[in-house]
Amino acid sequence: MSPRLVPYVYVMPAVLVMAAGLFYPIAQALNLSLYDWSLGTPWSSAKFSGFESFIDALTSPQAWTSMLVTLAFVFLAVGLEMLLGVALALLLERPVRGMRVFRTIFLLPMMIAPICVGLIWRYLFDAQYGPVNQLLQALGLSPHSWLAVPELAFLAMVVTDIWQWTPFVLLMVLAALQGLDRSTLEAARIDGANTWQTIVRVKLPLIMPILIVTILMRMIDGFRGLEVIYVMTFGGPGQATELFSLHIYKAAFISQRLGLASALSILLLVIVTVLSLAVLTLSNPLKEKDESSK
Amino acid sequence: MSTSELGQPERGSPLHYVALVLLSLICLAPIAILALTSVKTQAQIFDVRWSWLFMPTMDNYRAVIEDGHIDRYLLNSVIISVASTVLTLTLGSLCAYGLARFRFLGRSTISYSSLILRTLPPAVLAVPVYVIWSAWGINDTLFGVILIYTALNLPFTIWLLYGFIEQLPVELEEAAAIDGCGPIAVFWRIILPLLAPGLAAAAVFVFRLAWNEFILSFILTNRITRTLPASISNYITDTGVEWGKIMAAGLLIALPPLIFTFVAAKRIIGGMAAGAVKG
Repeated sequence: MSPRLVPYVYVMPAVLVMAAGLFYPIAQALNLSLYDWSLGTPWSSAKFSGFESFIDALTSPQAWTSMLVTLAFVFLAVGLEMLLGVALALLLERPVRGMRVFRTIFLLPMMIAPICVGLIWRYLFDAQYGPVNQLLQALGLSPHSWLAVPELAFLAMVVTDIWQWTPFVLLMVLAALQGLDRSTLEAARIDGANTWQTIVRVKLPLIMPILIVTILMRMIDGFRGLEVIYVMTFGGPGQATELFSLHIYKAAFISQRLGLASALSILLLVIVTVLSLAVLTLSNPLKEKDESSK
Repeated sequence: MSTSELGQPERGSPLHYVALVLLSLICLAPIAILALTSVKTQAQIFDVRWSWLFMPTMDNYRAVIEDGHIDRYLLNSVIISVASTVLTLTLGSLCAYGLARFRFLGRSTISYSSLILRTLPPAVLAVPVYVIWSAWGINDTLFGVILIYTALNLPFTIWLLYGFIEQLPVELEEAAAIDGCGPIAVFWRIILPLLAPGLAAAAVFVFRLAWNEFILSFILTNRITRTLPASISNYITDTGVEWGKIMAAGLLIALPPLIFTFVAAKRIIGGMAAGAVKG
């Protein structure tokens, strides 16, 4: 075998599977977005419609509502997760005996299936026999129909996400803090910096790249996620919790408009790719290699 | 110098442990409620007072097995998860090795496109994959689900393993080549054994996605080929949710990830920093 062909023997099997399962479907989504086609009808009944699906997608009030819900959700949930996660990490930064067990426990909410998370929280927030309402009543507060009121359902979705993902932020920040150069912190202490000054002037700036990557990863997840909310509220009431990914699913498999759903998919792909490129500029395995070999 | 710098972690203050225990309870309580509800009777679930203490029943599990055929879905899930994990690790480690050790035409195209595809939303794939799989006749087959999970997991796996391969000294491979090992033998005899920790870390994430994934499986399977997560929808009806049964199914889904989190927590945290917890 010619040595020039050797690398292709290694990479081609994976490339072929990615071509079949990722590249070709993306190309097909682009193609489908140019047609007006209903789910369940034969392809011969599809009508070429040019960019009509994109115009529909960009002028649809439902798509915009879903986009706003997603942005509000990402902003609120990720913001609170970062605040809580960073605060807890600074509080728990010092390595103590037994930390391994706690770290394992903190992993659990993000390791179990999103569908289980949705299931659990749908039950917890149940209006009649949900533990959340029972807890509120035990505290002398009034119960609510959490998942039936738009604002409360949105709040329930945020709370669920905070439960599931704050531990992730905590563990990422903990790892970053414990990787800090001890001598820098020692120098700050000798220069007379108090705890607060050390945090704001030394620690946070040093871990800023990791904080930004964590924020971007959580934002990407906000746009990718639909399984938790699929089980918990299916986007309702109305569109109060209809994240963009779920909106695409509904456009395809409830409204049965495959062209529109494909156009929405392409828009989602663009948003996530931009965020993903931002992650790449901050942490790129290819660049890291080039720099270390210099 | 504090003891922590000598490698032995110190005993934290009581307040430190109180905070850790409280956080742990917040993480664990909802999962405990899932487990407890799965062994409650209908009457206990609908009780207006939530109780931690009661006589557990296996009725819900009996019901999901006998009426729900959940054993079939469990088997589908095991087949799909194991097959796609093995396939992803095999193809992923070969590709990562090729990218890390060779410079060739197309390398940067493959690298950058797979780096960006690490975050591809499953919702983007839902419509086109449904259409393509139908055209190819692999809709409603286990193979179709295995193929899409493998494709979805490959980009992340390649880059996780790429990081591990970069750490390996290239001299070993050169020595083996001088001793007459062909390229495939070098990979099989030298790289794979050294890559074991990386493969273990990747396996956790790859298996997790394949085991947990719901939406693509729901779209691409039928009543026979459905996976465990996709079968959950059987218990959500127009009149409400069959809580006992759905929680029993939910616990079966949650169990494997819970177990391997306890076994491989350290690897998971390591992989997470590499951008791992996705999907």
